[in-house]
Amino acid sequence: MSAIVAQDVSKYYGDYPALRDVSFTVEPGACLAMLGRNGAGKTTLLKILAGLSAPAKGTVAIFGKPPRDGEARRTIGVLGHGIAVYDELSAFENLRLFGELYGLADPRKAAAEWLERTGLERAGDGLVREFSRGMRQRLAVARAFLHSPRVLLLDEPFTALDDRAIAVLQTLLRQALADGRTIVMSTHQLREALELATEVGLINRGRLAFRGERTQAMLDDPGWIYRHYGEA
Amino acid sequence: MRERFMILFSGFAAVLLVRNLYVMLVKLPDEAAQGAIFRIIFFHVPAAWTAFLGFFAAFVCSILYLAKRNLRYDAVSMAATEVGLAFAAGNLISGMIWGRIIWGIWWTWDPRLTSMLICWLLYAGYLMLRRAVEEPSQRARISAVLSIFAFVDVPIVFFSIKWWRTQHPQPVVWGGGAMDSSYWNMLFLNWVPLILIAVVLILIRLRQEEAQREIDAVRRWAHAL
Amino acid sequence: MPGFLRDSLTIAAKDLRSELRTKEALNASVSFSLVILLLFSFAFDPSADQTREFSGGLLWLVFAFAGALILNRSFARELPNDCLDALIASPISGAALFAGKAAANFLLLLAVEAVSLPVFGVFYNIRWWDQFWQLAGVLALGTWAMTVIGTMFSALTVNLRLRELMLPTLVYPVMIPALMSAIQLTTHLVGGQPLGGDVLVWLRLLVAFDIIFTALALSLVETVLVG
Repeated sequence: MSAIVAQDVSKYYGDYPALRDVSFTVEPGACLAMLGRNGAGKTTLLKILAGLSAPAKGTVAIFGKPPRDGEARRTIGVLGHGIAVYDELSAFENLRLFGELYGLADPRKAAAEWLERTGLERAGDGLVREFSRGMRQRLAVARAFLHSPRVLLLDEPFTALDDRAIAVLQTLLRQALADGRTIVMSTHQLREALELATEVGLINRGRLAFRGERTQAMLDDPGWIYRHYGEA
Repeated sequence: MRERFMILFSGFAAVLLVRNLYVMLVKLPDEAAQGAIFRIIFFHVPAAWTAFLGFFAAFVCSILYLAKRNLRYDAVSMAATEVGLAFAAGNLISGMIWGRIIWGIWWTWDPRLTSMLICWLLYAGYLMLRRAVEEPSQRARISAVLSIFAFVDVPIVFFSIKWWRTQHPQPVVWGGGAMDSSYWNMLFLNWVPLILIAVVLILIRLRQEEAQREIDAVRRWAHAL
Repeated sequence: MPGFLRDSLTIAAKDLRSELRTKEALNASVSFSLVILLLFSFAFDPSADQTREFSGGLLWLVFAFAGALILNRSFARELPNDCLDALIASPISGAALFAGKAAANFLLLLAVEAVSLPVFGVFYNIRWWDQFWQLAGVLALGTWAMTVIGTMFSALTVNLRLRELMLPTLVYPVMIPALMSAIQLTTHLVGGQPLGGDVLVWLRLLVAFDIIFTALALSLVETVLVG
């Protein structure tokens, strides 16, 4: 069974067609890098895949289930633009909260474990409000990975990360791929994303303009895709 | 086709109104206690009934929208609420005029008028909410939920205000209960043209909405080029 | 523990922990209630007897206005850092999210009322505790009515620009039957009479309001948040 199947997905914001008839499939264990200019529709697409937004037309299936389905939600991890953790709570409290919401058997243990894996074990009791930007980003990553999701949806994950956070995220993503998880990430940061990606897609003005394997040529010349399939 | 209905309804409404006005002014005798102004009741009361029909239609269409997600239901909901509000305003204003003439005061906290005022505020809130949401399907969804809440609240409001006034009586605008059967007949007979007018107004509003959606669709198509 | 209850408690605990740590809304609400009580006593300068006649009205206006400060933030507090998206994407049901937030709001509102009531007694020289337990019951029922409507409409307007401006206009008309019932019952109880006879109609109305709108909110909140 495919990890993600999108069929004729369309979305309008008022007059504006954010997505038009986008169809693609992602097999388990793949890492799809979704490229596209600002406003192309990448964030909209990810929100629909995550079940945060309903498409005007078309369907999405995550391992055969709609994204809003309870079981599907348990298997999806989302890292959006916002860090999605509470400023007034501590790092540990935040992770424990999401552990409880995702029905983990031992939320405290999972929280402690993920604080370690993201290098935040000594800041566990600090309020997020006092964290540096890089620490906040790492906590956001911990939150997204906490419940061992089979599918990870990441919206421009490398944007505005400091070097340490980038390293942590890359390690975790490689580990996730080695574990057979599926990743879809939208990105501007061509280099970091293309290194991890096994497949590439390009959204241009709401349409899926390109979809294929990530080649060495792309890695050598990341702008190639835009020149061939992007806007003139 | 729809044009024809609108003209038909309007024509029929006009004829009926003229006939009713004639009967009201010429044939029916003045009511004992209230005199000539009593005739305002034949617009005041059916206006309220029409308003509630509008709100009920909005309620049903809101539920249908949430079930089927067809924006047509949302359009009818909105049109019915707007027209309902207009008739509610008619009810309130005619009640105030009547109260002024009979009692010398503009507002008497009469239970029916008070309840209608609250309903008017509820549904004015609906229109205000719609104005604050730009995206059509989000607007439809949120205002549908509000419409459902508002309509469920309507009977509760009426009951609570009525009980309040039973406990703390005040001058009542019109004294309910015992009315001559000829008056009841006229009430219902005057309700018919009001309903027809309401339907025509809703159809006009719907046509405006459809034109707007066509414009939006063309804009979308232009954006896509 | 069944999922719904467990999830609601998780959310309620989170909201309470958040609020108690900063106390922003709580402080603002308590201050506002004290200010209103003060202002009313200047504006109307009532005797104790006069106050007894409108005690319910005064108290519930205070609770409704001060309570709005807490209720309006209910879902808005999820907006910074995009936390609302994370909650919606998680397995928790919309109903459980709503129930948890409503429970937290309920407790916070009761806290504000617990402070306002003695202050009211002192400022206006009123002995309000003769029917204490019945009064507590009415306070709970009335506060739940405010909570359900306020929390629901907070969800309804969470993504809208003009949220703060619109909430009062939307919320208060819907709450009128509940406020009216609570006012009648409270005036009666503060006057020292136990509930009975005609006044019981108000109690039934308040309970019916609570049940109907809680059911309505629980069933519609998911549609409002996700759609």
